[in-house]
Amino acid sequence: MTTASAEPPVIRLAGLSYTYPGPPPVPALRAMDLVVRRGEHVAITGPSGSGKSTLLNLVGLLDRPTEGTIEVDGLDVGAAPERRRAAVRARRIGFVFQSFHLLPHRTAVENVMLAQIYADVPRRRRYSAALAALAQVGLDHRADALPTALSGGERQRVAIARALVNHPSLLLCDEPTGNLDSVTTGELSGLLAALHREGATLLVITHNPAVAERAQRRVTIRDGMLAEQAGTAGAAPGGGSPAGGPGAPACRRLACAGRPRRPGCPCATWAVRRWPGCSSARVAPP
Amino acid sequence: MLGTVLGIGGFVAIVGLSQTAAGQIGSTFNRLDATQVTVADTAAGKASVPTLDFPRDADALVDQIHGVIAAGVWWNVTFKSAVVSARPAASGSSQLGLPVTATTPGALTASGAILAAGTLFSQFHESRAQQVAVIGAAAASQLGISDLADQPAIFIQGQPFTVIGIISADARIPQLNFGVSVPASTALRLWGRPPPSAAAQMIIHTRLGAAQVVARQVPVALRPDDPHLLTATAPASPAQLQHSVTASLNTLFLALAGIAVIVGMIGIANTTLVAVLERVSEIGLRRALGARPVHIAVQFLAESTSLGLFGGLIGASVGVLAVLAVTIDHHWTALLDPRLVLAAPAAGALIGLLAGLYPALRAGTVEPADALRR
Repeated sequence: MTTASAEPPVIRLAGLSYTYPGPPPVPALRAMDLVVRRGEHVAITGPSGSGKSTLLNLVGLLDRPTEGTIEVDGLDVGAAPERRRAAVRARRIGFVFQSFHLLPHRTAVENVMLAQIYADVPRRRRYSAALAALAQVGLDHRADALPTALSGGERQRVAIARALVNHPSLLLCDEPTGNLDSVTTGELSGLLAALHREGATLLVITHNPAVAERAQRRVTIRDGMLAEQAGTAGAAPGGGSPAGGPGAPACRRLACAGRPRRPGCPCATWAVRRWPGCSSARVAPP
Repeated sequence: MLGTVLGIGGFVAIVGLSQTAAGQIGSTFNRLDATQVTVADTAAGKASVPTLDFPRDADALVDQIHGVIAAGVWWNVTFKSAVVSARPAASGSSQLGLPVTATTPGALTASGAILAAGTLFSQFHESRAQQVAVIGAAAASQLGISDLADQPAIFIQGQPFTVIGIISADARIPQLNFGVSVPASTALRLWGRPPPSAAAQMIIHTRLGAAQVVARQVPVALRPDDPHLLTATAPASPAQLQHSVTASLNTLFLALAGIAVIVGMIGIANTTLVAVLERVSEIGLRRALGARPVHIAVQFLAESTSLGLFGGLIGASVGVLAVLAVTIDHHWTALLDPRLVLAAPAAGALIGLLAGLYPALRAGTVEPADALRR
């Protein structure tokens, strides 16, 4: 890790809490602390209902925390006026969604250019920048294709190009492979890892251990609390997947995350169904 | 958008058609009646003895009024039996029952008499009470007169008259087409003043638009001592006619067009609201990409405004085409205020803007976190 100590972290969450207003009020995140430094690749995993989406909405400035602070590039944006938060979203955060969220009647390059409108990029520079972003994800040859003519993997790559086009400090990915098959998932997680090697900071929320294992740091969220899972925060960018494999303790813990306290948890069966990687060699380190 | 098309189209068509119809009525009136003033000798009509309230120099007096092209006095000379013949001392069988009209030279000009041959009588014939006659083409053939070169004569009650002209058509005094007319002074000398049953009247040919003004001045100009003896009648003002036609058409149909516009407005509001609800995820995406609520609201306002603008453009075109179709079908002249055609798309855009206000507000308040979950 080459992060200069003077440089503020890309994301710093301190005592972050979020409670969905009632009745009855549902606490989703409880006093959460997290620091993501520049150049890190962090995966956040956790079962459904653990607070992943809530965390994503808070980090993505789509929602405001009930308590605690959020800093993006050292700017306290948790309580900033909406105008400033919108500007931070436009320039410092790139979103990648599970369902791609491409405009169906716009070509790939137009979809990428959409992100530049709100970042006040001059009109004449938009097209070339959008093409460059598409080239970064290897899709410049499909620049004029409509999303309907693209495969799922290609659509998600367009969405990643859209997230990259303004050179954000953070790439925020919400289940980026949730709608993709296993082959495409492999390609896409490879792309994310490649972006990380090029210096991008990634925060990936995922269910998929194959995707999570490409990350440098893995963080599990459970019942609104964070737990550092595997790997080390100090690992070099692109430091490879953490140790794991069929039956490995890390994998088993991951697989049963969210259900460990229940007596008689059919962990093995559940893990096979939800975490196919646990029972195959595919997640074994290369 | 269809509602806007219908509303604006109806609006343009109705206003255009009422303008055209009013203009059409106006032009019909302009041609003949709008330039004619008749002055009736009302006092003579009620008198018990033959009277003539027009002064002898009536033609000259009225000619001085601004806007008068020609004016003259005329009356029907009544006889108990048929009196006109082509030969002197004719027996009863050869007497023809032709109407005899006493006219001043001005009356012949003002009535629009068109000569087939010869000449009309002049101020000379009038002042000397000459026994000359101008006859209609039908009367000429009945009397066996076809050539005026040898100065043919006719006899009225045995009095000889020289035929100096034959009229082929007369627009305003139909008797002249098939009867005999003689100078007014000659008729006065031979047969006296017109009886109350056939009182004299004056016909005035005015310039276009001058009829009303002339009609107000004539009685005073002719009889400053007692203007009430005469009654001048001018045609209804074309402007009044146009106004009444436009007003009656407009109140009814503009109300219908207004309803159509309101329906169109509701349609746009509905379309935009549905678009907002359908595109909640797009709104969420745009918010995530850094759009502020005002950007979202302006986007939907712009969409509804352009929807209204296009509706207005198409509606204006449809309205103009409808006016054209009706006018071509009726062989009318299309009359349409260009300002109306230009204002119609702007009105459509305004309707779209108003209709988009509420949906745009709704779009601006969509929560991005909720919107992206869909």
